[in-house]
This record gives sequence, structure tokens and C-alpha cells, in this order.
Amino acid sequence: MAHAVEIRDLHKSFGSLEVLKGIDFDVEPGQVVCVIGPSGSGKSTLLRCVNLLEQPTAGTVVVEGVELTHRDVDIDAARRRVGMVFQQFNLFPHMTVLQNVMIAQRRVLKRGKAEAERIARENLDRVGLSEKAASYPAQLSGGQQQRVAIARALAMSPSLMLFDEPTSALDPELVGDVLTVMRKLAEEGMTMLVVTHEMAFAREVADRVVFMDGGVIVEDGPPAQVIGAPRHERTKSFLRRVLDPTHTDV
Amino acid sequence: MSDQPKLTEPLPSPAGAVPGGAGLSPRQRQTISRGVQYVIFVVLVALVVSLADWAAIREHFLDMKVAENLFPEIFTVALKNTVIYTISGYVLGFFLGLLVALMRLSSAAPNRWVALVYIEVFRGLPAVLVFILLGLAVPTAFPGIRFPFDEYGVVAIALGLVSAAYMAETIRAGLQAVPKGQMEAARSLGMSYSRAMITVVIPQALRIVIPPLTNELILLFKDSSLVFAIGVTSATSELTKFGQDIATEYADSTPLLLAGATYLLITIPLGIVVRRLEARQAKAR
Ligand SMILES: Nc1ncnc2c1ncn2[C@@H]1O[C@H](COP(=O)(O)OP(=O)(O)OP(=O)(O)O)[C@@H](O)[C@H]1O
Ligand SMILES: [Mg+2]
Repeated sequence: MAHAVEIRDLHKSFGSLEVLKGIDFDVEPGQVVCVIGPSGSGKSTLLRCVNLLEQPTAGTVVVEGVELTHRDVDIDAARRRVGMVFQQFNLFPHMTVLQNVMIAQRRVLKRGKAEAERIARENLDRVGLSEKAASYPAQLSGGQQQRVAIARALAMSPSLMLFDEPTSALDPELVGDVLTVMRKLAEEGMTMLVVTHEMAFAREVADRVVFMDGGVIVEDGPPAQVIGAPRHERTKSFLRRVLDPTHTDV
Repeated sequence: MSDQPKLTEPLPSPAGAVPGGAGLSPRQRQTISRGVQYVIFVVLVALVVSLADWAAIREHFLDMKVAENLFPEIFTVALKNTVIYTISGYVLGFFLGLLVALMRLSSAAPNRWVALVYIEVFRGLPAVLVFILLGLAVPTAFPGIRFPFDEYGVVAIALGLVSAAYMAETIRAGLQAVPKGQMEAARSLGMSYSRAMITVVIPQALRIVIPPLTNELILLFKDSSLVFAIGVTSATSELTKFGQDIATEYADSTPLLLAGATYLLITIPLGIVVRRLEARQAKAR
């Protein structure tokens, strides 16, 4: 079976700062993989390399059998199959919620207006926000904005979804709604790569947890192992800090 | 905040409150300083008014007989042409400015250099020099070349070239004020760089720069007076040239005063609009 994502010997440097120091891992279709690790360990950079928002310095990224790092690849076409949800939502503030979810369908997939609107409303319904279609992002709470961002990505019918700390910018009471949507998505069989600090979510939803530190993967396995019974000292000390409520600033 | 606590016994005075203040509170000192400013202002006005030769002023600046000759052409010809020159120059300058701004931010170095040279040259040259060059030098150097719409075309291009340099810098600042995440979100949805620019970044940037771009419209409205350097005929003359010609004809300055008032008729409301827009943006922030 072909991997949904296949990463081989991935390196990324910013100037003289080497952030990713040789990453190898695969994501199988339908799998949910959570990436955890301390701040600055390169989690976001890894995620951004998967849809080439960052150009890797070396190595290959293959998504759905297409090598994105190949020089002849049409990167805009390849990105259509990969949805991305950002920590800061990044909704388009000058468009309504409905327009946010329709615009790429119309301009990129060239869907007709009626079809794009139908699909947009379907996906807003999926995240429980159909009644907010006419609102502007500024009129929504952070949790609602993030769910719109998820609907916007889903409307492109992606085969892989990337989440970069989707709940980190949210007030604690709004985190639950977003995680519920993501949990539902996982149950529906979406392939997901999720950078998160939500250990409960990772433990419950993830098929695999990847622990990163200092630009390398330290530990990779089922949540019961990586979170439940970590083998490496670095994983243990990280988890101690995250799971201890007096150290929430990881 | 202006309430001074009533002190019955001296407290250790804070740095700066020197005893030399002769027991005046900051508020009293401010009142005195204001009073002095008003007195100076009134004295200056009185001086100007008393020194002026009012009879001469009335004759040379407010001559109704001369004024009658200005109407209706001051509106139907002069103001109309001023408006046409300004708007055509502005539209041209806007699109050229947008192009230059995008080139300034391009990842291709030659684009950035060309844009930078353009901005420096046209911001550094006096506008009137550009007009002279375009009106006189270009037809001489390229005898075959003919501008579309003749004089109107030359003026539009001249005003457009000059204003584009200013607008480019304003628009560039606006583009850079749009958060990076907007471009990234658009790209992650499969949009190309130019598609993302057009649908996501540029609309937000333009909203940010509406007040300074409206200001540029005011400046251009006044700069349109420089087209005399191109050599306009009476049919294509704008406000300043129009006022000047009639002023010369009657050896009287009234037409200049009226031309000036006509400029203000447009620029003052535009200025109010700019201030409204700025206030609205400040509130939205
Ligand atoms: N565009 C960039 N230019 C220079 N350095 C960068 C850039 N992006 C990231 N870095 C650096 O790369 C390192 C890893 O960053 P990254 O954002 O991938 O970490 P992270 O694991 O996502 O951390 P966090 O949990 O804080 O989000 C950091 O030291 C960061 O300063
Ligand atoms: Mg990060």
C-alpha cells in the first residue's frame, strides 16, 4: 500500500541554523499522527515542509505518490490535495465566512458558483457553523474562526490534513469544540498530521505519536508507548513538564 | 487628571517641580502660556490688517467686473480640465504604482532594482522637469511618436509617471502590512502566488492605504497646475493657467484668487474625507 506521506532524510536550515536534521517517517492513509515536542524543536517547520510552505534544504517529501520536492512538480496543483490549518486561523478578514470557504474552490478548482456554495455550506455544517455563513471572521470567536478554517480546508476535498497547534491560540473553554471537530474528522478516516500540545487528544485519537527534539525524531510509536511508557529520557522529561499542570508554558 | 491634590503640608517635591516655579501649578503655567500665544497672534493679525492697503487689495484682488469674465469658463473649461488631468493621471499612476510596488517585493532581483531606480528617479526629479521633458524633449527625440489623446495623453502620462513613484511606496508599505499568514493560507489552498496576491493580499493592502492614497489625489490635484510646462492651449488650460491668462489680460489678480478658491472647493472636502477615513481606521485597530 502506498504511503499517504513519505519523508526521507529531510533537512531544513535557515541560514546557518539547522532546524531539521534528517527526518524520516511515513503516514499511512487514514492514520492520525500527532507530533509533539518542545518549543523550537522544528515541529512547525516539519509540517510546513510537507506542503512546501518551506523549501527543504535536502531530502524528499512524497504525498500521495507525488514527489513534492521534485523540481518539475506543479506545487500549486499538489497543494490542493493537502489542507492546512494554522495556529492563527488565517481566515481572510475581508471576506464573509461563506466566501472564505468558497474562494479557493472557485479560483483554484474552478467549481461553479452553485456547486462551490453547496460544498461550502456542507462543510460549514460539518463544523457546526452553518448559521455563521454571512458573518465576517472578526465577528466570530477564536474557536469559531478555527472551525471555519477547517471547513475552508475541507472544502477542497483534501486527502491529507495538516494541523499546526490548532488550539494553542484559543481560550481554554473554546478548545473543546475544535477538538471535537477534529475527532470527528479522524473517525471519518481523514489522514491527519497534527502538531499539538493536547496530550489527552493525542492519547485518545492518534494512531501514532512522534516526539521531536532538536530537529530529529526521538521516539515514534503508538500513544500508549510514546506518551504512556516513553523509552527515552528526553521524552520523559518533556512529558513531565507538559503533564504537570504547574508547567503549562511548554 | 487635572485635579491638583490640595496639600496642607509640603511633600518631597518630585523631580522637575523646582521652587523657581513661583508657586504656580502646572495648570496655571499652561493657562498663562496659552494667553501669551493668543496675544501674539492677535497682535500679528492687527499688524497685517493695519499695514495692508485695503483699497489696492479690493481693486486688484476683488474686482467684480473682472470676476464676471471668468464665468462660466472657470468651471466648464478650467475646473473640468483640472479634474480630467487629475483623474487620468491618478488612474495611470495607481496602476503603474501598484506594478512598481509588486516589483519592489518581487523575489527576482532585477525586478526590485528596476522598481527602486524608477522610484528614486521620479521621486527625486521636480515634477515640472518631467513635464517639460515629456512635452518638449520626447517629441523632439522621437519625432514619430504621438501620444494618445494629444495633450490630454501627455498630461496623463506625465502626472501618472510622477505620482506612481509616490503611490508605489505607499502601496508597498500596505502590502507589507498584510500578515504573512494570509499569503500562506492562500498558497496552502492551492492558489498561485499571483492568484493569492490578487484575491487575498492586494484587497487588504488597498484598504490599509486608502487614506494616504486619497491624500495623493489631493497632491495630484494641485500638481496638475504644472502642466503649463507642457504648453497647453486655451481649450485645454486648467485652473492655474486659466486664472493666470485672464489675470494678465486685465492686469488684475482677481482671477488668481478665484482660481485658488476653486482648488479649495475640491481639496478641502477631500481633506475632510481623508481625516474621516483615518479616524475610522484608527478606531478599527
Ligand atoms: N522563517 C524562519 N527563519 C529563521 N528561523 C526560523 C524560521 N522559522 C523557524 N525558525 C527557527 O527554527 C526553529 C524551529 O522552529 P519551529 O517553528 O519549527 O519550532 P516548533 O517546534 O514549531 O516550536 P513551537 O512549539 O514554539 O511552535 C526555531 O528556532 C525558529 O526560531
Ligand atoms: Mg510551531
